Order: sequence, then structure tokens, then C-alpha cells
Amino acid sequence: MCLAVPGRVLHIEEGPLLTATVSFGGVTKDVSLVLVPEARVGDYVIVHVGFAISKLDEEAAQRSLDAFAALGELGEPEESAP
Amino acid sequence: MKYVTEFRDSKAARALSEAIRRTVRRPWTVMEVCGGQTHAIVRFGLDALFPPGLTLVHGPGCPVCVTPVGLIDQAIHLASLPGVIFCSFGDMLRVPGSVRDLFAAKAAGGDVRVVYSPLDALTLAQAHLDRQVICFAVGFETTAPAFAAAVVQARRLGVKNFSLLVAHVLVPPAIGAILNAPGNRVQGFLAAGHVCTVMGCKEYDELVRRHRVPIVVTGFEPLDILEGVLLLVRQLEAGRAEVENQYARSVRRQGNPEAQAVLREVFEPVPRAWRGIGEIPQSGLRLRHAYAEFDAIERFGGDVALVGEGGVEDAECRSGLVLQGLLKPPDCPAFGIRCTPERPLGAPMVSSEGACAAYFRYRRRTDSLQEVRHGE
Ligand code: SF4
Repeated sequence: MCLAVPGRVLHIEEGPLLTATVSFGGVTKDVSLVLVPEARVGDYVIVHVGFAISKLDEEAAQRSLDAFAALGELGEPEESAP
Repeated sequence: MKYVTEFRDSKAARALSEAIRRTVRRPWTVMEVCGGQTHAIVRFGLDALFPPGLTLVHGPGCPVCVTPVGLIDQAIHLASLPGVIFCSFGDMLRVPGSVRDLFAAKAAGGDVRVVYSPLDALTLAQAHLDRQVICFAVGFETTAPAFAAAVVQARRLGVKNFSLLVAHVLVPPAIGAILNAPGNRVQGFLAAGHVCTVMGCKEYDELVRRHRVPIVVTGFEPLDILEGVLLLVRQLEAGRAEVENQYARSVRRQGNPEAQAVLREVFEPVPRAWRGIGEIPQSGLRLRHAYAEFDAIERFGGDVALVGEGGVEDAECRSGLVLQGLLKPPDCPAFGIRCTPERPLGAPMVSSEGACAAYFRYRRRTDSLQEVRHGE
């Protein structure tokens, strides 16, 4: 029920529901941006039951991935990086 | 898919599980609250990556599972009325009521439709002005703003044939109830990242203060969950109890102000019964007085309210224990024998977030544990 997936905003229509076309790995869906009115074309949003519920913070995502990578280096010193 | 695939990387999963192993020195029991996380844990075999002392128990975070039988009976009653189109997320259709499920109501001639979004139900109402469109509003704080926004939109457009059967539930009161239960053994929580995306972290600060348990707001991909567990065991080993945010790419401390505003505008908290668990104070939502015209129970009168009172659970189903993390699904005597997704005795076997469904789907395949360890 709380399943929500990240997608990229391709196009935004004006109107009370701020309907946007959002691409999920190439599959597009209509999504309302009323709950995330600051989202712009090109942004990633997290979508749940037809509504974006947050704008994905791409820097925060990168920080997490960098931290995982660093942990990998520390944890497995015997492995040479590919 | 971007921002999904990267969070399933097997090398990083190994590194995180190593870090967890290095951190854990004493036995700990932690709970993941959300059924979406339960599914990821069981599907990717994440629990097999943990050291023996670390026990993960599954929580009540499946809104479909905790919807009381009485409400299902009301849904079936409403769906069977002439002139009604009853809309629901697909998960609810096979959840057993006292006598039958919504699927049976549909087979018997009720106009039951599966929708993906509350806005689909609103569109149906606009297209069928001669019919009454009722939508089953199920879900946690993640989902309630979507239903609230649909109601606001219905009022703006003057749509008169649209209403909700409200079954929304709230997460923090349920965590409180678990912590207050006499035999509680949960020492830390992974909180549900999408609930907190909407509500922020404030309510969890309160729980941490009152109960001195660490809570880590966590996402849903395998690396999110492993990192959430790592942050949690670091706190436990250091004797700290704080709210930490693992899922910073979606969760801001203050949450989503627009979503909170529309939720508060349309709904207010009420005491609510949780299926298999019992009543929890201020743990549900109902439409505020100003929006009572959108309440299906108000609209269709006394009969419906009465239908909701006599709900009977299946006597064999142990869902209450499963939902409180006290019983693992395979330990239920009916699991996989008298209870399967095709013929479920209880909701946790039906819902895409139900713990019993997760074990049925993924734990009967011996190769499932390999998925994360050796890539996908
Ligand atoms: S396996 Fe079936 S009967 Fe047992 S607790 Fe789960 S849903 Fe209920």
C-alpha cells in the first residue's frame, strides 16, 4: 500500500491538479503534483497512488551511494577495485 | 530504473551486512514496521545476511491487513447496493469479510472496480452521474493525503455522487501500542520511509523520548533496509535512542507540508480497531464534519453502520500475532495448507504487503536467498 516509486517529470499541465507526465523507466503515467507543487520538469518525484509525495533529493541519493561505496572499500581490502 | 537499481547492488549489500556483523555484540530484536519492507526483506533474503544474535520481527504496517472485518462487511454491503460503483485498490478484493469477500460480491453482480488512484474513482463519478461512486479509502498517512486531495477536488468540481468508506490508520499510535504491550520484546524500529515522507519525524521524536527506543526512518530497497539496520544496531550497541533518517533522499524532517495540510483539512483522528489487535486510541482517521457529505456511511445511512458491528474473524487465523511480530507466518498451522493466496483465511495472506503472502511467495523457493548475495 505504501509502495511508491521514483519517476522523472517530463511535462506539467497547469490546472487545479497540476497533472504531470512522469516516466518510470520509460513507462509514462499521469501523476498529480498538487502535493509537491515545487517539482519541475526534469526532477525525480516519488509517486504513490497517482500523487507525487516528495521531490527526490538527488544529492542525498548520491551521498548514500558514495557512503555504500566507501564502506565496500573498507570492508573488503583484499578485493581490488574493478 | 534510476534510483531503484543502484539501491540493490550486491557488492554494497555484502559490505553493509559485514558492517552489521562487525557492529553486533549482543542479541537484539528489532521490528520493521512497514509491510513493504517486510516484502523486500523476505524477497531478497536480507534476514539471512544478519548475524545470529540479531532478530528481525515483522510489524503491523499493512493497512489492508489491519482493516477490521466489520469495515470489510460494510464495503461488501455498499458494493451490493443497486446503482453503486464500488472502487477499491486490488488488494482488498480477496480479504475475507465475515461471510464473503468483495470478489464474491462482484461475482454476485455488484459493480466492484479496481482503481490505482483515488482520482480514477473521481473520474468514474464524473462519467457516471446517474450512479453513486464509493471509494474504499485504505492506507496509512502515505495514502490519506491522496484521498483528501480527491475529496477537495470533488468539492471544487461540485461532484455530488462521490464518497469514501474511510479505513485510514496511523502508524505512531500502533508503535506506541506495541511498546506498551506487556510482553513486548522489540528494542528498536525501522520506521516506514513513505509515511515519514508525508508526516516528517516529529511524532517519532516523541516516541523516542517517551520509550527510549531508537527509531531509524528507512527506505524500501535492499540497501536502504540494510543501512537502516546498521544505523539501528549502532545506536543499540552505543546505548543511544534517537530518531535517525536513513531515507534522506525522500524524507525531510518536517515532512511534506502540502500533504499534511490537506490531510488535516479533510480528516481528523479517531479511535480505531485494528484487525487482530484491537482498538488503539487516536489511530484512525475520519472525515471532518465539514466534509461529512463525502462519507459513504453518512450518505447510505443506518443499515451500513449496523453491518459494521457484527464482524466475525476466522477462528483459525493468527493474524493478530503475526501483525504484532509475535508469530512468523510459517509457524501458523494453517500456513500454506488451509491458507493460501487463492483461498486465504486472513488478510496477511492476501495483501501485497502482508507478511504471510511474502513468505508464501518467496520462502518456498530455495534460491531466493541468493538474489542479493550473488546479484540479480
Ligand atoms: S497464514 Fe493465513 S491463517 Fe495463518 S496468520 Fe497468516 S493469514 Fe492468518
